[in-house]
Amino acid sequence: MSFFFRKTSPAKVVLWLTGALVASLLLLPIGYLLLRASEAGDSIWNILFSSRTARILLKTVYLAVAVTVGSALVAIPIAWLTVRTDLPMRRLWAILTTLPLVVPSYVGAYLFISVLGPRGILQQWLEPLGVQRLPKLYGFPGAFVVLTLLSYPYILTTTRVALMRMNPALEEASRNLGNGPWSTFWRVTLPQLRPGLAAGGLLVALYVLRDFGAVSFMRYSTFTRVLYIQYQSSFDRTGAAVLALVLILLTLFVLLIEILTRGRAKYYGGHVGAVGNPMEMQLGHWRWPSLLFCAIVVILSLVLPASILVYWFLRGISVTMTFPSLWLSAWNSVVASGLASGLVLMAAVPVAWLSVRQKGRFAMLLERISYSAFALPGIVVALALVFFGANYANPIYQTVYLLLFGYLIMFLPQAVGALRTSFLQISPSIEQAARTLGKNPLNVFRTITVPVSRPGIAAGFALVFLTVMKELPITLILGPLGFSTLATSVWSAVEEAMFGAAAAPALLLILLSSVPMALIALRERV
Amino acid sequence: MSEIAVRCEGLMKTFAEAGALNGLSLDVVKGEILALIGPSGCGKTTLLRLITGVSKPDAGSIEVGGRVMVSPEKFVPPEFRRVGMVFQNYALFPHLNVAANIAYGLHGADRGDQVSAMLQLVGLSGYADRMPNELSGGEQQRVALARAMGPRPDVLLLDEPFSNLDSGQRVHVRNEVRAILRMSGATAIFVTHHQEEALFMGDRIAVQHQGSIQQVGNPGDVFGNPATRFVATFMGETDLLPGEVTAEGVQTEIGLLQSTRPVKVGDQVEVAVRADDVRIAPDPTSGAIVLTREYRGMVNVYRIRLPSGRFIHSLQRHTVRIAPATPVRVLMDPGHELACFINSN
Repeated sequence: MSFFFRKTSPAKVVLWLTGALVASLLLLPIGYLLLRASEAGDSIWNILFSSRTARILLKTVYLAVAVTVGSALVAIPIAWLTVRTDLPMRRLWAILTTLPLVVPSYVGAYLFISVLGPRGILQQWLEPLGVQRLPKLYGFPGAFVVLTLLSYPYILTTTRVALMRMNPALEEASRNLGNGPWSTFWRVTLPQLRPGLAAGGLLVALYVLRDFGAVSFMRYSTFTRVLYIQYQSSFDRTGAAVLALVLILLTLFVLLIEILTRGRAKYYGGHVGAVGNPMEMQLGHWRWPSLLFCAIVVILSLVLPASILVYWFLRGISVTMTFPSLWLSAWNSVVASGLASGLVLMAAVPVAWLSVRQKGRFAMLLERISYSAFALPGIVVALALVFFGANYANPIYQTVYLLLFGYLIMFLPQAVGALRTSFLQISPSIEQAARTLGKNPLNVFRTITVPVSRPGIAAGFALVFLTVMKELPITLILGPLGFSTLATSVWSAVEEAMFGAAAAPALLLILLSSVPMALIALRERV
Repeated sequence: MSEIAVRCEGLMKTFAEAGALNGLSLDVVKGEILALIGPSGCGKTTLLRLITGVSKPDAGSIEVGGRVMVSPEKFVPPEFRRVGMVFQNYALFPHLNVAANIAYGLHGADRGDQVSAMLQLVGLSGYADRMPNELSGGEQQRVALARAMGPRPDVLLLDEPFSNLDSGQRVHVRNEVRAILRMSGATAIFVTHHQEEALFMGDRIAVQHQGSIQQVGNPGDVFGNPATRFVATFMGETDLLPGEVTAEGVQTEIGLLQSTRPVKVGDQVEVAVRADDVRIAPDPTSGAIVLTREYRGMVNVYRIRLPSGRFIHSLQRHTVRIAPATPVRVLMDPGHELACFINSN
C-alpha cells in the first residue's frame, strides 16, 4: 500500500481519521436529503414527475445552456484578441475583462434592476416624458443578461490559458501546409482549445445551476429560487428534499462531464520543450471593431455596474445610510469569513495531502467525494442543515456554529483544490530528502511541506475568504436571527427595493473581496 | 578483509511498468565509490529507493553499516537509516537558504561549525545566505552533496547527479565531486547510465540489467572482460560475431580470434568485437563493403556489411576516409584476448 509510513504510525492514523471525518461531513447533506425524501414513500414519484418539477427543470437547464453559450460567444473573441493579436492595450483589456468575477450575482442583478426595473433610475428619468412602462426585465432576459455578464470570465480565463499553452508549432505547421489563418483557426486552433472551452463552459453551467441571488432578484424560477420560496412559505420538507436531490443530480451530471473532459484535456494538453513566441496576428482594419467589442463588454460588465453602484452609494449617504449597522455587518462578514476560511483550510490539509501523496482506493475516494461536493448548491446545503439542525442538532441550530458548519461543507472542495495544486508542485524527492536527513513524517510535514506550500495555503485562504464573504443563501438561512452580514444587508435592502441602502454594503463587499483577489493576482504575476 | 558498508540480498520488487528488481544482490565495500550503471528501466532508481527506505521490497534484505534495515521481520524507516541521498533534481528545500539546507539534518550546539565545515569541503564558503534559486546547477549540486554528507551517513547515494548539468559543467563538476568524496573517505553508490562517467567515477562498477546485477568489478575488468553478452554490448560499441572454437582459437568470418574464456574445441560461440579493434583497408577483391560512415569529429565509425550479411563496426581516425560502397578487407588487431560467449542454440 503506502510507502511513506510505517504500518501503524500515529501520523498515518491521524491523517486517515481526519480524512474519513471530512468525507462523512461532505456526505451529510446528501444523506439527510435522501432520508427525508424516502419518508415521502410513493408520493415521491408524484413530486418527481409532476409538471411543476418538469417546468422548473426545463427553465433551469434552459438558463444554464443559454448563459453558457452566451458567455462563450463573449469570451472566445476576447481571449483570442488579447492573446494572439496586436490589439492595442491587450494587457489592460485582459485584466479589465476578468474583474467582473468579484461582483456577486445578486449585486449584479440588483444594479440592473435598480436601473431598468419598474422603480429604477431609467423609469424615473423617462416618466416625465410620458413613458409608463419599460420592456420586461424580470424573468429570463434579466437573469440571462446578468449571469452572462458576470460569468463569461470563467470561459475567458480557461480559454486564454489554453491559447497561451498551445504549442505554436501546431499553427505554424498548419500555415506551412498551406492553410490560411482562418482555416488554421477552425482546423487546428479551435480543436486544441476544446478542452479549455469545455472546462470553462462547465464552470459557467455550474455557476448558473448553483446561483441563487440573480435568479431570485430576477424572479426566474429555477430550482434554487423555488427551494427558497418553499423554505419560506409552507416548509414542505419532503417536497423540498426531492427538488434538492434533482438539482444535485443535475449538478453532478455537469460535474461528471467536467471530470471526463478534464481527463482528456491532460491527454491533449501536453507538449514538451521550449515554447516559442506564437505568431501575432495583425488586426489591420479589424482593430477598431475589435476594440469596440472589448469596450462594450467592459462597459456593460464593469463600468456601468460600478457607476450605478457609486451613484446609489452617493444618493444613499445623504438619505438612508446608517453607518453603525453597516460597520456591524462588515465586521460580521469579516469575522465569519475569517473563521470559516481557517476551519475549512484545516480540514482541507489532510484531504489534499492524502489525495496527492497516497495511492490507493481510499485516498482516491476521498478526493472524488471532496470534488463532487462542488456540485452542492449553497441553498441545498443550507436547507439540509436546517432540517438536520432542527431535528438532531438543536443546541447549535440558529447559532453561528451551524453557519460555520455550512460554510465548511460548502467551501471545502475549493480549499482542497487550491491546496492540491500547491502540494502537487512539491517534488516528492524534497520530502524524501528530509526523511533521509533523519526527520519523521510529521516533522517533514511541519518543516518542509507546509513552509514550502505556504504561498499556496495563503492563496487558498484568500480564495475561501473571498467566496465565503460573497456567499448568500447559506448565510441567509443558517445565520442566527438578527445576524447580518454585508451579503444579507444587500439582500434585505433590495427585497424592499431600497436601492440606496443596498449600495454601501455592496460596495464594501466588492472592495473587501477585491483585496484577496488582488493578492492572488499579484502572486500569479510574480 | 574489507568491511561491508551495504549488503543487499535477494531484493525483489514487482512493478507493472519498468524498474522491477528480480532477486538483486550487491555488496558495497566501506570507503569505495561503486558506480551502478545500466539502461533506463533496469531498476537502478528502485534499488536506491529501497536502500533509502522510501520504498519497501517485496522480498530480500538490506544491511547498512552492519545494521539490518530490511528483512522479512524488520523495516527501518528512512529517518533512522543513516543513508545520505543526493537526488537527481537535487531536491534542495526552496524555502531555506544554503546554510539552513545543510543544517536541516544536523543536531547539536555545534551545528553552525558543522555547516561551515561542510561549506568549506564543497568550496561554497561564501554562499551560506544564498537561496537555492540563486545558485547555478553545479552549485546546487554541491549544496545537495554537503547536505547529504553533513550527518556523516554510513553510505551516500547519488542518483544520476550530473544529468541536469550541461556537458561543459559535467566534466568539471564530476571531478570536484569525486575529489570531495575521496577527501572525506565516504562510501558512495553512484548511479548513472553514462559508461564514461561510470568508468571515471567508480572504484568498482556494477552493471545492472533487468532487475539484477550482471557483473561487479573494477572498471578495467568490466570493460575488458565482460561477464555476459549484455555487459559486452552495453559497455563500448560491440558487435557479437559467431564462430567455432578450434585448437588455434575461435574461427570467425573475419579470421582466427583469441579468446579468454574456457571453451572447448567444437563449441559454437559468439565473440565480442569492439569497433576500436577492427581495422579496415580498401580491397577490391573483398566481399565486405562499407555501408555508411558516421563522422563523430575525432573519429569516423564505419558500418560494414560482411559477406554473410552480418554487420560490424570499425572505429577509425578522422583522417581515414573511405567512401560508402567501397569493398574493404576486415582485419582484427586487438592486441588482447576477446570475450566470447557460448551459443546456446
